[in-house]
Amino acid sequence: MEADAAKLIGAGLATIALAGVGVGIGNIFGSFVSGALRNPAAAPKVFGNVLLGFALTEAIALFALVIAMLLLFVF
Amino acid sequence: MATEAADHGVGGPSPLEQFEIKRLVDIDFGFDASITNSSIFMMVAVVGVTIFMVVGMRGGALVPGRWQSLAEMSYEFVAGMLRDNVGSAGRRYFPFVFTLFMFILFCNLIGMIPYTFTVTSHIVVTFALAAVVFIGVTVIGFIRNGIGFLKLFVPSGVPIFLLPLLVLIEFISYLTRPISLSVRLFANMMAGHTMLKVFGGFVVSLGIVGGWAPLAFVVALTGLEILIAFLQAYVFAILTCIYLNDAFHVHH
Repeated sequence: MEADAAKLIGAGLATIALAGVGVGIGNIFGSFVSGALRNPAAAPKVFGNVLLGFALTEAIALFALVIAMLLLFVF
Repeated sequence: MATEAADHGVGGPSPLEQFEIKRLVDIDFGFDASITNSSIFMMVAVVGVTIFMVVGMRGGALVPGRWQSLAEMSYEFVAGMLRDNVGSAGRRYFPFVFTLFMFILFCNLIGMIPYTFTVTSHIVVTFALAAVVFIGVTVIGFIRNGIGFLKLFVPSGVPIFLLPLLVLIEFISYLTRPISLSVRLFANMMAGHTMLKVFGGFVVSLGIVGGWAPLAFVVALTGLEILIAFLQAYVFAILTCIYLNDAFHVHH
């Protein structure tokens, strides 16, 4: 029973990773908006990179999800 | 996995139930080669891509119609991606990257249709794709550069006493490429579909009175998931291009 409780606590703790990812995604789009306001002509060219950075950052959050899933269902 | 989740669940089926692989036709060649719902949807994706490209380009009109211009756009999209990231040397690998992109895109998009199965939400499938990319890039790198491909692990312009540590880090980061490539696609697909199911459960349990708020959220999430479906196929293809570029131009 205690192992079960520890599992749930561990899975919950794994979601702390979302804090870092929130900072990361906010940083990407915040930098994009401030850059785009300074130089609107260049904005469409970098939007692909923005999406790539967003997807890469989001994937880091999903690694935490994988850890939570492993804790809940595998161990 | 799904039955365990059902034990934990509070009412209603588990949101992970949708990822269950069901055996439809038993085939055994000494190893298990049964036709499952997963392999059916892989075939659907392959047939879909083939129809999309072949029928779309059948007319071959100089001024393309809607379908033909979609087919041309997808070709031009991947060709441009390869041109920008690898340069002209990458043209030989266009068929591979294009197949990879279209297969993943169609698997992801077909998975967005209700009551279908998302092939890419299983790590086996994505890891197989990523392993092909990883092994292929390594082999191409060694064929084109010989032993010089190992220079990839040696960053230039670092102090000599830091070099052993950095080579080790570079080597480990090279080895984790297939893992990060496959987990990224699989986790995105699995998380998205689980989230849709969880919010769908909220709609049902809140009923006609309070169910509208989560329903609106589900609609918005579906739009986001379609974006993610495209984005992940794009990310997979562009990372393949970047890795191929490493194999062609080894100057760190």
